[in-house]
Amino acid sequence: MPRPVDTTGVDEGVYGTGPVAAPSSELQRFTGVEHWVHRSNAILFGVCMISAACLYFGPLAVAVGRRHLVKTIHVAAGVALPMPLVVGWLASTAFREDVSRLNRFSPRDWEWLRRRQRRHAALPVGKFNAGQKLNSAFTVGAIVVMLGSGLVMRFFGPFPVAWRTGATFVHDWLALTLLVVIAGHLFEALRDPESMLGMRTGRVSRAWARSHHRAWEAESAGSGTDPPPDIAP
Amino acid sequence: MAQPEGTPVGRRVVLGMLGLGAVGIWGGRRAQDAISRLLEPVTNNDPTGLTALLPTGGGFRYYSVVGFSPHKSATEYKLTVGGMVDRPATYTLQELRALPQTALTKAFQCVTGWRVSDVHWSGVLLSDLLDRAGVQAGASALRFHSFDGTYTESLSLEQGRRSDVLVALDMLGQPVTSAHGGPVRLYVAPMYGYKSCKWLDGIEVTDKVQPGYWEHLGYDVDGWVGRSNGRSDAQTS
Repeated sequence: MPRPVDTTGVDEGVYGTGPVAAPSSELQRFTGVEHWVHRSNAILFGVCMISAACLYFGPLAVAVGRRHLVKTIHVAAGVALPMPLVVGWLASTAFREDVSRLNRFSPRDWEWLRRRQRRHAALPVGKFNAGQKLNSAFTVGAIVVMLGSGLVMRFFGPFPVAWRTGATFVHDWLALTLLVVIAGHLFEALRDPESMLGMRTGRVSRAWARSHHRAWEAESAGSGTDPPPDIAP
Repeated sequence: MAQPEGTPVGRRVVLGMLGLGAVGIWGGRRAQDAISRLLEPVTNNDPTGLTALLPTGGGFRYYSVVGFSPHKSATEYKLTVGGMVDRPATYTLQELRALPQTALTKAFQCVTGWRVSDVHWSGVLLSDLLDRAGVQAGASALRFHSFDGTYTESLSLEQGRRSDVLVALDMLGQPVTSAHGGPVRLYVAPMYGYKSCKWLDGIEVTDKVQPGYWEHLGYDVDGWVGRSNGRSDAQTS
């Protein structure tokens, strides 16, 4: 009897409380640690954006006041922002494996980006499509650049005044770009409920996987005898 | 599972962003100034006000150095003039309005890059207030206090006597609002915005210049627009 699920981490287990469906109809997409990383990241991003609006947007800044407190919250959330990713990297083999998948671009990914009708494309997409790969890379880059420029703005003492202005420039425009990219991320998620279900419960139907991530579904179908990836080789 | 194949595009995107970020911190000021100049006329003629929301998109920015929005009503407000003077005085807002008023229309330039053109200011010339108080021999500087309790500023006596330095009561045709440092703020036309002490409630004549709040945080004491803080903006006055 083949193991029903291919990427379940032995140290993380399957999460979600619903009854486990027949093995053939569902695939494990994310583990509990990955779900936690994503959720923590989203909450911290939210805190950063709300506090940023209270510092930046004039009418809101006047209404909320307490600039020092808001600034402290904003800086704390910003400094904490990379932590879930670091924890995920250290704690989960499945997370590291997905990072590796997100990092690599195959010729198919370039073709996927060039296609107009991506949703209906017959391209055999892997576990992540090229848009998801670019989004995750952009997010990681943005977290680090926002942290760096934010630290120059916060601890400006040793830096020339020009750097402070430059850091403000980078921080402001990247924040605006992030706002657009996050809006796009939410838009894509909201119009595909099953992909959200996949992030929330860790599981997706085989049919969904076949239509959105065909190569991943095929790879999973034949991997029944692979050892669970969280066991060290 | 097989090792994922393909080029490490994700890593390149991240490293590229780090590079751009570093270049932006190092040289972003010039780009910011260029964008400011580009957006300023647009913002000033934008009825929706949306472009003012863009970074460096023009329009005033709200800054308070303390953890609350300083506020004093027109009736409770008082301005004291003291220190090395013969006749220390306290003025109510009404008394300040009864003094001869001077109007100026000048640009307001912030040291962080944003600039607002053609701002109409009116109020009492600082030099008039100094004359009324009678500056003593040996005095050479002014220290300004804000009722937020933290913000201080300074000018040399010579700078403070210029004809483009106001104790401003009106801005853009109406009383200066709390958000802009009202009911009374300093307006030092030829210098960067941080020199124009907001929520002004004390003018002290001193024997030497004492650096104010922003100067302790690294800005120049003599904050001439275009000639200080390593900036090259067009002069405002």
